[in-house]
Amino acid sequence: MARLKVENLSFSFGYETILDDISFEVNEGEVVSIVGPSGGGKTTLLRLCAGLLDRQEGKIENSFETQSIAFQDPRLLPWKNTLDNISFGLKALGVPTKERDARAREIALQFDLEESDLTKFPKELSGGMSQRVSFARALVTKPKLLFLDEPFSALDIGLKRELQDHVMRLIDKKEITIFFITHDIMEAIRLSDKILLLAPDPGHIVKIFEFDKPQAERNDEYVYAETAKILSDREIIETFELELK
Amino acid sequence: MKSLLKILRDFPAYLWSGWGALASIFLFIAAWEIGNQVYGDLILPSPLETFQTLGALFGDSEFIENLMITLKRAMVGFGVSLVLGTALGLLAGFFVTASIVSRPIVTILMGMPPIAWIVLAMIWFGMGDATVEFTVIVASLPIVFVGALQGTRTLEDKFEEMADIFKVPKMMKFFDIYLPHIFSYVFPAWVAALGMAWKIVVMAELLATSDGLGAALAMARSQLDTATALAIVVAMVGLLMVAEYIFLEPIKREVEKWRD
Repeated sequence: MARLKVENLSFSFGYETILDDISFEVNEGEVVSIVGPSGGGKTTLLRLCAGLLDRQEGKIENSFETQSIAFQDPRLLPWKNTLDNISFGLKALGVPTKERDARAREIALQFDLEESDLTKFPKELSGGMSQRVSFARALVTKPKLLFLDEPFSALDIGLKRELQDHVMRLIDKKEITIFFITHDIMEAIRLSDKILLLAPDPGHIVKIFEFDKPQAERNDEYVYAETAKILSDREIIETFELELK
Repeated sequence: MKSLLKILRDFPAYLWSGWGALASIFLFIAAWEIGNQVYGDLILPSPLETFQTLGALFGDSEFIENLMITLKRAMVGFGVSLVLGTALGLLAGFFVTASIVSRPIVTILMGMPPIAWIVLAMIWFGMGDATVEFTVIVASLPIVFVGALQGTRTLEDKFEEMADIFKVPKMMKFFDIYLPHIFSYVFPAWVAALGMAWKIVVMAELLATSDGLGAALAMARSQLDTATALAIVVAMVGLLMVAEYIFLEPIKREVEKWRD
């Protein structure tokens, strides 16, 4: 079984320690999220796991065959239209033009983009549309492991829900493993099997929350109840410096 | 290939958008006519007389020969600038040290007035093709160089990172990530360099050779043949405008369509 295993990982930029002794595991078919205050090293951790930063201390074992990422900013190539941006990863894999166009179109329409949006350049797309395109680009290659850096943050509630549902269907079919960053605790609870709470200065894991209920069975009530429970957790309160009223 | 077809398809619409430009050119010619009525034929020949002279010039084999000589010199100079400037600019752009070292030199080259180069070139190469071509190269190469340098220096890491995640092969990285970005800087530089080459070639010829359009212009001046002088100027400007607005501008629009 493929897994991403991080052991005693530490990382620093110059003299500033960003991450300190991080250990956790993401097993195939799991959804693991990181929550924590801004500046806590969440993005650095994600980039290390994705292989975009060179590891300094500790071990990262990543045995997934394929992976992809949706960044916080969409990073669409400005000189390519929507369709070509979505199919970019497929092109890199050497998928023939016809097939990659068909696959890109299919996923674009699933993500509520219009036929007329497919020939537009990124400058003509709204923030939410760009994010959907970026998300589609990450998913169209059917990666085994998907990294997400707050991919839903610029979307309105309806679209957010729709993309989350899409992800949940993939999770339900055990087709994907996800490691993602979020600011939204409800989102984390809705999607995750495990939530890592990352506290800053330097970034370290304070607590790991686990959820056993299958994602498909988590209704709003469950999410609200769990959110309320987590928000009264002592570690969460201290990490986010929440004031009790 | 696809973009070439697109350019051709958009061409009629592009031409149609030229009515405004045409109107302003006619307005300019009307002002010229007024100038003629005020100052007389010797100082400023009328547009009609100028265009008649121009027509006659194009029937004259000596003029055509001069035109070809000038075109050849401009193209040689521009061609060398284009190839060398782009290659050196890209090379310098990929190495931080090279780009830091080359910047001041380019600033000096660009700051030096072309007329100074002509004088030096006349001393070095005598009167002839080499002097003209050298001056053209010296004046237009830095423009291309800076364009290519800027294009390479402004490549963004974030796209590279994205490409790395998708394990994009080297060739595809070059064609899909580097090239479109660099080209959007280099192409306008080429266009600017072409304009520069065309202006410099005539100036250098006027001072340093006995053939070509510049020399013909010098001849017209010495004979006080204002109509011929103006006709040559019109021919020069006309040719540049055709090159720029019929050929280059449509390409530029296609290439830069994605820009904000």
